[in-house]
Amino acid sequence: MGLARGFRMVIGQTGRRNRVTTQYPDEKRPKPPRMHGRHVLNRYEDGMEKCIGCELCAGVCPAKCIYVRGADNPTDAPVSPGERYGFVYEINYLRCIHCDLCVEACPTEAITETKLFEFSFTNRDDAIYTKTELVVDDDGRARRQPWELWLGGEDDDTSEWMRATSPSGRADQEDKVHWSTELGFGTREPEEGQLGDLEIDDAAAGLPSAATHTDDHGNDHGHGGHH
Amino acid sequence: MNLLAADALTSGHFDWGVLGVIGLKVLVAFALLLVSVMLYIWGMRKWIADMQNRIGPAKAGPFGILQTLADGIKLFFKEQTIPDTAHRGVFKLAPYLSILPAFLMFCVVPIGGQVSIFGHFTRLQVADLPFGAMWVLACSGIGVYGVMLAGWSSGSKYPLLGSVRASAQMLSYEAAFGLGMLGALIHAGTLSTGEIVDLQAWQGPSSIYRHWNAFPTVLVPFVIFVIAALAETNHPPFDLVEAEQELVGGFVTEYSGIRFAIFFLAEFMNVITMSAITVTLFLGGPSGPAIWPSQLGAAGVVNVWLAPIFWFAIKVIALTYGTVWLRAATPRIRYDALMAFCWKYLIELAILWIVVLTARELAVDNSWNVFLVTGSAIAVSGALYGLLMLMMPKPGEIVEEFR
Repeated sequence: MGLARGFRMVIGQTGRRNRVTTQYPDEKRPKPPRMHGRHVLNRYEDGMEKCIGCELCAGVCPAKCIYVRGADNPTDAPVSPGERYGFVYEINYLRCIHCDLCVEACPTEAITETKLFEFSFTNRDDAIYTKTELVVDDDGRARRQPWELWLGGEDDDTSEWMRATSPSGRADQEDKVHWSTELGFGTREPEEGQLGDLEIDDAAAGLPSAATHTDDHGNDHGHGGHH
Repeated sequence: MNLLAADALTSGHFDWGVLGVIGLKVLVAFALLLVSVMLYIWGMRKWIADMQNRIGPAKAGPFGILQTLADGIKLFFKEQTIPDTAHRGVFKLAPYLSILPAFLMFCVVPIGGQVSIFGHFTRLQVADLPFGAMWVLACSGIGVYGVMLAGWSSGSKYPLLGSVRASAQMLSYEAAFGLGMLGALIHAGTLSTGEIVDLQAWQGPSSIYRHWNAFPTVLVPFVIFVIAALAETNHPPFDLVEAEQELVGGFVTEYSGIRFAIFFLAEFMNVITMSAITVTLFLGGPSGPAIWPSQLGAAGVVNVWLAPIFWFAIKVIALTYGTVWLRAATPRIRYDALMAFCWKYLIELAILWIVVLTARELAVDNSWNVFLVTGSAIAVSGALYGLLMLMMPKPGEIVEEFR
């Protein structure tokens, strides 16, 4: 009797208090590691902007939500280390579909996506983020806008992007396909299969490789932590 | 027949005091139903959340108890749109046709015993009509119009489909509803809800199975009535009327704002009203043991006023909890299965059971051998039912006339 089983099951759950509900604005569930939230324009450690105004992000954007104009760096006070810099940079969040193609296209890792997604605009102007809103502050953190619902600390769990598409140039990451957080608050182990040949070598040498870490925990652990 | 004679209040001298008591009862019944529907929607959401490991409404007021009120206020201030193709008058009328019967039906339900208000001796019931049971049937019939006209006047395809389904379903189950009710009425021998409740009055624990109509009629009319009442109120698993996955919301698709809210208010109000009517007809109404020892003071007030209301409320809450349980446990049934269930099994069973009950009542009245008469009635009914089942086309069988 399937019907009787249904009745028994729901009454059996009554009063058990094994809630699956998350009291959302007060408590938030951990976000998926590859989640695409709002963008930031990153800076180098010395404060220089990474954006070189090449407009590749605007070109690749399928929603046509990015508007970029590059300009030559002023020689006396350069904004970016290169020849040119992003003079105007605007993203319209009423159009953005958070596909992350701009991040893939970016040659300097200037634009990346955080996991911050809780905006509620009250007018259309707020939805268009300019450089004022997008460029990270001196600590490399996203600037919180008044209409964004996130508190300090939530930007620690920034989304992660594969360094393979834009190598960081660090010596210890040579020849490795790595995940790293965009804002530099820690790195994650590679996922299974991402090390290629190195994975087999590690396993043969008995080294603690990422593959053994990630098999049952999936993408859950990380942010710099081994366990 | 004097329509007012059934009620002790209106049978005697008629003056302003009597009118005042009537007005008071109407007001109290109206407010009671509105508050109880608010609490029912909240309770339903909490109960069903509990069954599904969720929390349910928790923000508005303590334990989210004001959530319904908040929803109502929100919907009241929302924009109401009317499609260009809609028949505007009927479109605006339909929600009220839906909600009015729920109120009217509740008027004949006695929620307490015989009490004295300002020196006027009366029953806690808005109107004790001599044809109370017929009134219930008539009102639930009007409820069908609300749904049907809402879908038709929307001037749109999905509402029309939803309302065609709805009217077919509700009319079909109306038959089973009436026949189920007839079981209790034959046993009681009266149409007045007040008298039906009096016949089920508490005379000790044995009253439960001797006097409450559900048990002397061997539960069959009770079960049929409950199933049909659920289908009448479009309660899951019979909520094909607004089957969201298939019909985009059914007959309410084009409705918005407070008109939309009224439909759902009516639906939930109907659940309460139908529970109340089920309690009245089958489960003894306010009948129950006295809860206050007579040695203590105020026994008159508590046992005459509060105890019947308490027992009535307990029974209604138990039944509504049952509906929530059903809502959580059952998936929506397929439309052809719904109609087949009604026309092939429910109505036949109801008719044949009424034959059996009538035979028994006749045997008791004429002091015939009850077992012989009832037994042969059951045998004849069983044979008739078997014959009917034999004549029915099997699933997948192609019948020439229907091709």
